[in-house]
Amino acid sequence: MSQGRHAFVNDECFHAPVMTPEGATPAGSSLPARISTISREGASAGESPSSRAIERRKRRSSARVNVPPARPPRLNLSKAPFWHRAAEWLLHALAISAIVAIVLILVFTAKEAAPILYSKVVREEVTLVKMWMTQLWPGYDEAQSVWQPVSDVPKFGVWPLIVGTLKVTIVAMAFSVPLGVGAAVYVSQYAGARTREIVKPVVELLAGIPSVVLGFFALMVMATWFQNVFHLESRLNALVSGVALSFAVIPVIFTLSEEALRAVPRSYVEASTALGAARWQTIGRVILPAASPGIAAGIALGLGRAVGETMIVLMASGNAAIISASLTDSARTIAATIAAELAEVVFGGAHYTVLFFLGTLLFLVTFGINTVGDWAIRRMKRRLGSTT
Amino acid sequence: LTASSEAASAPRTVDRAAQAAQAARRTRTNLLADGAFAVASGATLLIVLAILVLILFDVIRNGTPHLSWAFLSQAPRDGMTGGGIFPAILGMVEMVILMTIAGVPIGVATAIYLHEYASPVSWLTRAIRIAVANLAGVPSIVFGLFGLGFFVQFVGAGIDKTLFHGEKVYGQPALIWAALTMAVLTLPVVIVATEEALRAVPRELREASLALGATKFQTVFNVVVPQASPGILTGTILAVSRGAGEVAPILFTGAAYFLPLLPKGLSSQFMSPSYHVYVLSTQSPDVDATKPILYATVLVLLALTFTLNIAAVVVRARMRRRAGVAA
Repeated sequence: MSQGRHAFVNDECFHAPVMTPEGATPAGSSLPARISTISREGASAGESPSSRAIERRKRRSSARVNVPPARPPRLNLSKAPFWHRAAEWLLHALAISAIVAIVLILVFTAKEAAPILYSKVVREEVTLVKMWMTQLWPGYDEAQSVWQPVSDVPKFGVWPLIVGTLKVTIVAMAFSVPLGVGAAVYVSQYAGARTREIVKPVVELLAGIPSVVLGFFALMVMATWFQNVFHLESRLNALVSGVALSFAVIPVIFTLSEEALRAVPRSYVEASTALGAARWQTIGRVILPAASPGIAAGIALGLGRAVGETMIVLMASGNAAIISASLTDSARTIAATIAAELAEVVFGGAHYTVLFFLGTLLFLVTFGINTVGDWAIRRMKRRLGSTT
Repeated sequence: LTASSEAASAPRTVDRAAQAAQAARRTRTNLLADGAFAVASGATLLIVLAILVLILFDVIRNGTPHLSWAFLSQAPRDGMTGGGIFPAILGMVEMVILMTIAGVPIGVATAIYLHEYASPVSWLTRAIRIAVANLAGVPSIVFGLFGLGFFVQFVGAGIDKTLFHGEKVYGQPALIWAALTMAVLTLPVVIVATEEALRAVPRELREASLALGATKFQTVFNVVVPQASPGILTGTILAVSRGAGEVAPILFTGAAYFLPLLPKGLSSQFMSPSYHVYVLSTQSPDVDATKPILYATVLVLLALTFTLNIAAVVVRARMRRRAGVAA
C-alpha cells in the first residue's frame, strides 16, 4: 500500500495540473477517488492502474523530452543498475578511440618504414643517411640529389621532393594568408550580421569542395589560363598547383581568424576608441594584435593542410622531381609522390619502405605544425578569457 | 595693458587654428585610411567568394549537357568514353554507409564522454582533445598509408591467415578497409559537431532530470542526447560529405578504376566518383572524348557534397536558433 501511494504522489508531481490542494496530503480517504480519476483516463483494471496511466502518458510525451520513468525519488542514492554502469564503461572505452587512432597511424606507418633501418635488402639500395646526401650517380657530371626510384639504379634523393613541397606550400600560403585574414577582417569588423550569416556558410561550402575537384579545376581550367596569361613553358607547375591549393587553405585560415577576431573583447575596442583612435587604427593596432594567436593558429593549421594536401598537387603540379627555384617549373611534393608511386611498388621493397618513410615524415611534420596551432588556440582562449 | 593682452592672445588663436587644421587633416586621413581598410578587406572577401562562383559556374556550364538519367543509371562503356557512372555512385554509397556505421557511434561516444563524463582538466581528457585536433590535421595520404599498413596488411592478412588458410580474401584492398579508413578520417568531424551540440543543451535540463531521480546514464541518453541529435546529424552529414569526396585514403585501400561487376561483398573492390574524376583527368588516353563525362562526374560529385553541406548548415542553424530560444 505504501509503495502504491508513493508512486501515486510522484505521478501527481509530474502532472501538476491534475494536482489538487488536498492531493499533496497523504490522507488515506482521498486516495481511492484520485485513483479512479486516473483510471477513467483509460487505464484498464490491473495490479497497478496508475502505473499504466503513467506509461501511456510517458509514451505520448516522449516526442518532446523523454521524461525519465516515474519512480520515487531515490533518496538513499543507490547505485545505478549494472547495465547503466556497463554502458558507461563502454563509453569510456570508445572515447579513447581518437588516441588509439593517432597511435595506430604512427605505429603502422612507421612499422612499414622501419626496414630502412635494418633490412639488408633495403639498405643495399638506400639508407637513411644516403637519402639526404648528394651522390655522384652514373651518367651525371656532378654529385646530386636525385629522385628516380624506378630505374636501373634506383635513386632515392629526397631533396627534389622537399624543394617541391616547399615551393608549392609557399605559393599557397602567399595567396591564402592575405585573402583568408583579409576576408576575416572584413566579415568580423565591417560586415553586418546578415552578411556574416551568408558569408560563413558560403566559405564552408568552399571548404567542402572535394580536393579532387579543386585539382580537376586546376588541371583543366586554371592551367590553361595561366599558360595563356604568363606564356609558361610547362602547363602544370608549382604556381598553378599552389594557387589551387590556396583555395583549400583559405577556408581554414578564414574560419579560425574570423573566430579569433570576434573573440576580442569589446572593452578593447571601446578603450581604443576612447583614446581617440580611428577605426583603422583600432583594427590594426588593437584588434589584430589581440587576435594574433588565433590568426597564427589558423595559419598554422592552414600550413599543415597545405603541406599534406595530396590530390590537388598530384593533379596540377606536373610532378617532375627537379630542384629549381623557379615557381613556373613543374614540382613534385612528398604527398603526391606517395600517392603516385605506392600503387606500383613491390610490397616490402626498398621503394615501398622509402615511401612509408616519407609518409611518417609527413605525419610528424604535420603533427608538429598542428600541435603548435592547437596550443596557440588554447593560449588565445585563455588569454582573452582572463581579461574579460 | 590691452596691447599686451592682444599680443598674448594672437599666438593662441593661430595655435588653435593650426590645431583645428591638424585635427581636420587627421580626420580626413583617418577617413581615407578607414575607407582603404574596408575596401581592401572587402576586396579579399570578394575574391574568395569569386573563386567559389568561378568553380561552380565552370562545372555547371560544362557538366550539365552530359548529365542525364542514363548517365546516372548506366555502367561505363567503350573505355570510359561512353555510358554512365552508376557503379561508381553505388560503390560510394556502400562505402559511405559502412563508414557511417563504423565511425559515427564511436565519434558520438567520444563526444559524450568528453562533454558529459570526463573532468575537463584530467590528463586523459586533454590527451583525447589533442588526439582529436591532430587527427583532423593528419594528411589524407597518410590515412591511405595507414589503411594499407594496418587494415589491409595487418588486420586483413590476419583474418586470412586464421579463417581462410592464407587464401587472399581480406588481405587485399577492399570495400570494408576503405570504409574503415574513411571512418577514422571522419572521426574528428563527428566528435566536434556532436560536442558543439552537447554544449548547446541547457544545464537546467540535466539538473531537472537528475532531480527527478534519473541516473546519470538515463539523463545523458534520455534527455541530453535527444536534445543534441540535430548536432549528431550535422556531424554525420559532414562526415558523409567528406567521405564521398576524399580520394587519397581510398587510393590503396579499395578503390578501383573500372570493375566489370558491382561489388559483391565487403571484400570486393569498388568504384567511386571521386576516384573516377582523378583517373579520368590524369590518365585518360583521349582527353577530348572523356571530357564531357569527366565534367558530368565532377558535377555529380559537387552537387552531392554541396547538398550535404547545405543540409548540415540548415540543421545547425535550426539547432542554434532553438538553443537560443531555450536559453
